[in-house]
Amino acid sequence: MHEKTIAELSAALAKGECSSVELTQHFLKRIETLDGGLNSFVTVTAEQALAQAKAADDRRARGEAGPLTGVPMAQKDIFCTDGVRTTCGSKMLDNFIAPYDATVVERFKAEGCPMLGKTNMDEFAMGSSNETSFHGPVKNPWDTARVPGGSSGGSAAAVAARLTPSATGTDTGGSIRQPAALCGITGLKPTYGRVSRWGMIAFASSLDQGGPMAATAEDCALLANVMSGFDPRDSTSIERPEEDFTARLNEPLKDLRIGLPREFFGEGLDAGVAKAIEEAIEQYRKLGAEVKEVGLPNSGLSVPAYYVVAPAECSSNLARFDGVRYGYRCENPKDLMDLYTRSRGEGFGAEVKRRIMVGTYALSAGYFDAYYLKAQKIRRLIADDFARAFEEVDVILGPTSPSTAFKLGEKTDDPVTMYLSDIYTIAVNLAGLPGMSIPAGFSDGLPVGLQLIGNYFDEARLLGVAHQYQSVTDWHRRIPEGFA
Amino acid sequence: MEWETVIGLEVHAQLATKSKIFSGASTAYGAAPNTQACAIDLGLPGVLPVLNREAVRMAVKFGLAIGAEISPRSVFARKNYFYPDLPKGYQISQYELPVVGLGKLEIELEDGETKTIGITRAHLEEDAGKSLHEDFHGMSGIDLNRAGTPLLEIVSEPDMRSAKEAVAYLKKLHALVRYLEICDGNMQEGSFRCDANVSVRRKGTEKFGTRAEIKNINSFRFVERAINYEVERQIDILEGGGAVVQETRLYDPDKGETRSMRSKEEANDYRYFPDPDLLPLEIDAGFIEGVRGTLPELPDEKKHRFMTHYGLSAYDAGVLTASREMGDYYEAVVKACGGHAKLAANWVMGELSAALNKDNKEITESPVSAAALGQMLERIEDNTISGKIAKDVFEAMWNGEGSADQVIEKKGLKQITDTGAIEAIIDKVMADNPGQLEQYRSGKDKLFGFFVGQVMKATGGKANPGQVNDLLKKKLQ
Repeated sequence: MHEKTIAELSAALAKGECSSVELTQHFLKRIETLDGGLNSFVTVTAEQALAQAKAADDRRARGEAGPLTGVPMAQKDIFCTDGVRTTCGSKMLDNFIAPYDATVVERFKAEGCPMLGKTNMDEFAMGSSNETSFHGPVKNPWDTARVPGGSSGGSAAAVAARLTPSATGTDTGGSIRQPAALCGITGLKPTYGRVSRWGMIAFASSLDQGGPMAATAEDCALLANVMSGFDPRDSTSIERPEEDFTARLNEPLKDLRIGLPREFFGEGLDAGVAKAIEEAIEQYRKLGAEVKEVGLPNSGLSVPAYYVVAPAECSSNLARFDGVRYGYRCENPKDLMDLYTRSRGEGFGAEVKRRIMVGTYALSAGYFDAYYLKAQKIRRLIADDFARAFEEVDVILGPTSPSTAFKLGEKTDDPVTMYLSDIYTIAVNLAGLPGMSIPAGFSDGLPVGLQLIGNYFDEARLLGVAHQYQSVTDWHRRIPEGFA
Repeated sequence: MEWETVIGLEVHAQLATKSKIFSGASTAYGAAPNTQACAIDLGLPGVLPVLNREAVRMAVKFGLAIGAEISPRSVFARKNYFYPDLPKGYQISQYELPVVGLGKLEIELEDGETKTIGITRAHLEEDAGKSLHEDFHGMSGIDLNRAGTPLLEIVSEPDMRSAKEAVAYLKKLHALVRYLEICDGNMQEGSFRCDANVSVRRKGTEKFGTRAEIKNINSFRFVERAINYEVERQIDILEGGGAVVQETRLYDPDKGETRSMRSKEEANDYRYFPDPDLLPLEIDAGFIEGVRGTLPELPDEKKHRFMTHYGLSAYDAGVLTASREMGDYYEAVVKACGGHAKLAANWVMGELSAALNKDNKEITESPVSAAALGQMLERIEDNTISGKIAKDVFEAMWNGEGSADQVIEKKGLKQITDTGAIEAIIDKVMADNPGQLEQYRSGKDKLFGFFVGQVMKATGGKANPGQVNDLLKKKLQ
């Protein structure tokens, strides 16, 4: 069952070939037996999932099933879940149980998708390897000595190992696409404002965007249909007519104009990754697409701009974790300052503290103009680069990450090298554009991710471009050894 | 050495919306601690603010009332600092681009002159919660009911030159926000709070002196006292050859003095930046015109109308329009008494105001309604009672003994206007006081008052004083 895509599972449920309870039991069993070596789940909600599965089966029996009713899924532990703890990968929130559901969680509940559990992640989504999690690192199912990427590493590893048909992720600088690439699955980061941020614990509010992670582009389209939509509780949510993201899956690629940003194929790109991407480009040519080079001249500034904007916002967003109302509080504080400094000092991990420090500095009087304001200007330049490129091409294609999955511990002592693993993904967040990563082969047995970037609100086309490639390749069907 | 005082005020007016500025929780005052704080007010992880449209409407209303420009685009910013009653670790406020731009307010000085005070800006922001430091055995209690309550911070130009001017400005502003029904103005509950920036400079110099910001001056009286204390303090320092330090000072109403809270060096770096959770606030001309249509008659307009329409003096019109409620009450009295505007003004400003003051009541709490007072005034006008007796009638009405007519009837206070009856009493008084009569007739005019008194005494004050005068004059000749 677990080798099936969501589209196939949905069809099987519709035909009565299996029940949601059976499906849910199957995946719960897989989590129980296979996740020990991966650590992709932080919390497994077996009882709740089975109750939801039963309800989904009843609903189907009444003829009220939606497209994904009964198909189980997992939530990244950054989405608040009513009554189920939400830790955000941090000691700070290890005991936190939200009294409400995130909009994304509500939407999956309304669709009738049983939630198998909450997936592991980098602490407060800050990391590219899942090594900053308070719950310990997640292992890549393709090679458990390697990282799954981050910050949605638990979601990526769980989907790759087929412990769940899908999982939600969030992407601030590449946190859906980079782990999807490193684990050989498909992930979509929608246009900023598509998916409600209500109940999604904020890292950098102007960049954070939730999205689906699954085996295929078609599955991501089905999941995007559930997840996205206007939400009056999120002022940055965009009010647009409902859209069917599967609508353009079968659109032929003839005359599609694909742009290759020359800046994404230069120094720093691993040869094995480059080779796989070249082959994918060739495949697109065969599918009828026209491929041309484009320039994103300011993309080199995206990492430095990002590492001002994101830490600045995070330094403010994480101020609420002060040990006063909820979350971790130090033992026997002797006064208010002691309560603050020790609760935060003991509750946050090193990477989170580093970013809070950087962000606080960037926003300080006398530095604001030189850092934050300048970074915002760069953001505008980067968005303008994309706007110019989209005058010439329909989608932009390149590698998702410069290398395949690296070894656990390999980059933990060198934050800058770690940050560079998001060098191709960050610009997309700064511009607020939709982006995807899809499996595009292997290099030394490790998956390579292909990134597709679309214009604002062009997800349906992007998913179609991915789906057409997946119709003639089977990389997305590969399951790591030991998880078949 | 002559010194000049320079004062600018920052007023926080709590907007009278039903729900909070960024959440749906109630803003009602006085609920049990933390019962009116929802997930957003508590700053739980993942929650997001959504701006209350009504708060924007009220801010625009204020802006229009002071003739200010309404910014077509304003921006909410985060003011970052740690405090236990600030749940998110930042306050959402407006910093570089406020919703209301430069406006002005006219105040009246004691000498009757008017003066224009500039209002630099007014911006929307959320209030913090309250920290309670007593009764928690070495710990502090936090009440977040107030967290997220909408405030309009109104910043004046440094245009005031004395504590009296500052108070006049503050009173005018207070009346205005209540006229506009955007703030209940309750200073005790903290709905209308004031901080003062005070400095002194040598008369004739252009450059401002170093200022101190005085906090916690939450009554008109404290504002005056605190500023006067602070001015004296600064002059003493300067005349002693010292320098005033830029700092925040707290007013202690018990000691009547200000004391240092924190200096500029210790001041927080608030690390303002635009709140990424909120889009810029865009206000179009249609919205502004819609709000303009809801503007009530403003205090200055009303005062002018009272002068021209009711023939009141500038002073009387000023007192009667000091609050919207006072103006409404006055006009209702005039209507009920058949249009005797001056008589109504005298009674509202006289007996009624005195009684309200004595019992510490607002005009809206008056036990004597405007209609009831108007009816009583009609009884003065139609000679049923004298102005003197009316005071007794009013007192009885105040004490809940019924309407004017009921009190007059029950107590038999109806004025005696029957000429024959008054003449009979005069005859008796003259007969009873032959000595005084003789003295009067032999030229001691002063005794006229004695006879008036005797007649009034004999009638229990009910005789019509005018008639008594006329008849006495005739009879005593």
